[in-house]
Amino acid sequence: MNRFSQYQLFQLTLAYFKEIVREPGVLFWGIIFPILMSLGLGIAFTKKADTERNIAVVSVQDEGTAETNSGLSRALSRFGEKNISDEGDFAEYKISIPNEKLGNTIFLLQEMTWDEAMTGLKRGSVNLIITEQDHHILYHFDPANPDAQLSYLKLSYLFDKDTLPLSNTSEYIAPLEVQGTRYIDFLIPGLIAMGIMMSTMWGISYGIIEKRSKKLLRRMVATPMKKSNFLIGMITVRIGMNFIESVLLFLFAWWVFDIQIQGSIPAVIAIFIAGNVAFAGIAIFISSRTAKTEIGNGLINVVVFPMMLLSGIFFSYHNFPESVIPYIQKMPLTMVADGIRSIFIEGAGFAQVSVPLIVLTSIGVVFFTAGLKMFKWY
Amino acid sequence: MIEHFNYSYAYYEYYYTNKYLGNGVSSQTLIRSFTMEQNPVVEVKNVHKSFKSVHAVKGVNLSILPGHFIALLGPNGAGKTTLVEMIEGIQKPDRGEILLLGKKWSGNEEEIHRNIGISLQETRFVDKLTVGETLKLFASFYRLNNSRVTEIIELIELEEKRKAYVQNLSGGQRQRLALGIALLNKPRILLLDEPTTGLDPNARREVWAILKKLKEESKTSMILTTHYMEEAEQLCDYIIIIDKGRIIREGTLDQLLNHEINHKTIEFTLETTTATAELFIPCNFEIKYDDLSGKGSAYINNMETELPELLSYFRKKDLTLKNLECRKNTLDDLFTSLTGRHLNE
Repeated sequence: MNRFSQYQLFQLTLAYFKEIVREPGVLFWGIIFPILMSLGLGIAFTKKADTERNIAVVSVQDEGTAETNSGLSRALSRFGEKNISDEGDFAEYKISIPNEKLGNTIFLLQEMTWDEAMTGLKRGSVNLIITEQDHHILYHFDPANPDAQLSYLKLSYLFDKDTLPLSNTSEYIAPLEVQGTRYIDFLIPGLIAMGIMMSTMWGISYGIIEKRSKKLLRRMVATPMKKSNFLIGMITVRIGMNFIESVLLFLFAWWVFDIQIQGSIPAVIAIFIAGNVAFAGIAIFISSRTAKTEIGNGLINVVVFPMMLLSGIFFSYHNFPESVIPYIQKMPLTMVADGIRSIFIEGAGFAQVSVPLIVLTSIGVVFFTAGLKMFKWY
Repeated sequence: MIEHFNYSYAYYEYYYTNKYLGNGVSSQTLIRSFTMEQNPVVEVKNVHKSFKSVHAVKGVNLSILPGHFIALLGPNGAGKTTLVEMIEGIQKPDRGEILLLGKKWSGNEEEIHRNIGISLQETRFVDKLTVGETLKLFASFYRLNNSRVTEIIELIELEEKRKAYVQNLSGGQRQRLALGIALLNKPRILLLDEPTTGLDPNARREVWAILKKLKEESKTSMILTTHYMEEAEQLCDYIIIIDKGRIIREGTLDQLLNHEINHKTIEFTLETTTATAELFIPCNFEIKYDDLSGKGSAYINNMETELPELLSYFRKKDLTLKNLECRKNTLDDLFTSLTGRHLNE
């Protein structure tokens, strides 16, 4: 590349950089928003708050049996703290299961009719319904809901064994609170990966489509401008902005949550760049033809949405069926998130991330080349 | 023939080199010695272009000599933009050939781009860049430095707006910026697609002033598309009238307006409401009369003899005049007489 071409590339990069940083929304959406999200999610999932669950108690007394002193009401008055609600008709009990290691669990048991209880279950405000049949307590809940199962286990243990479940002093429970095992340690690498994808896809695709629809693209190529310089300038600025955004997010997480990088820093930078290259390539590919931002919007969402959903940014993808996991693991966002995660929390180095590095770079190069082939400048 | 071509090419090289050095004196003699044998800078030969359902350009031929300003005049949808975009290399003709500086687009893009300046019908530059930065960016594509940017800013009279964001410019200022960008590289061919459409009369005159100055000071050739006849009259030596993808008339303003036998128009409005178009058939010259509005036009050649003749005819038929106006024919009259429509329809 001669000096003239370098100067042209420099001017293109500079112009694109100015265009981005002069947009006030960039600061908020690119930098402040991810930090707020990490703060919100980090606090929500890291702090051991009391677990509160609503349980519906449907009494069957009014059906003629008139067993006022049933096993259920005995159990409730033995463990529960009775509050008479304002309406006065229905009793409310509060059962507390204190636990220092796991956090307290509080069950609020409310008497209501079967219909009310079902409505509550459908809406999610009730996660377990208790009734009584032949002196036995019956538990009604959705077997697919693990949270309801846990409520059932705790309550039935209490009622049947007459003792608190999950004893406070159990020496068999050893909570893990070391770095790398907390939710926030899982979340931050995911947020960094998502930031790379979102900024690159929207930034580059939108930038290109907007310039095409303004007819600026065709005006620019009606000069001796080198087309590759235009795209390289755009990608360079995007990678630079992503770097600033990611570093700020990391510094914030390091300061507030004491996040550490346990593995190789050069490997993190390598996977960061490979991720940027992959998404920049895809972004150029999907914005290679259209001049309509609405179509661009749809195209970007088609690419971004499945990965947001499946790639395990917020929660592990290992909860998805076994058969789809190999496919999820081949998605670019998964590769970036898993790569950064393995270096951050498992202490991985270049050797462990070499495959994603090669695959991500290849994705970028292939899509960039294909996009450039069909690119519509006019 | 080949020798001839080389000669005129050499003249350009020399002329432009000198202009860059600011040494215009010695080149003047050379120009004079070669201007007798100029080759066209733009040649369009039997060019056709169709889109899905429209045959936009139907066999157009034209050629433009160095230093000439040409107008492509026609109503909206006449095919002007398609034609000019083919010359600009943005679209490819289905048939026919286009040569710029004697060369085809294919294989010579880089060289042609260096020598042309373009202003597209509607280009919106980056909102958040200033006038100065926008020009500097485009200057970098041509290897030009800041002093050329300053020259252009002076030429387009945007000195006060140098540091203003493009988004804060008025329509006229934006159009001047687009023109400035087109002129950055001192183009040998300037292609302007409707440079003043949508501008108010003042802003339009400011753009014209820049182009007139350019015509006086440089050897640039220009093709301009417009549907404003004043623009073509004010700026261009040669006017090509286009309608429905074909050239329907071309020539200098004089040639076009004196081409028709009747090149003056008398427009009148009658007080008398009973007059009909048939009433004017016996006259010696053509009269169009609309009995609904009471307005008529007489197409005459000699004002001194034919105007009194018309007035005496009115008197004879007992017609009372409300209003009468005599004027020279315009390009719009010519267009109307050829197509039955107006240019700005």
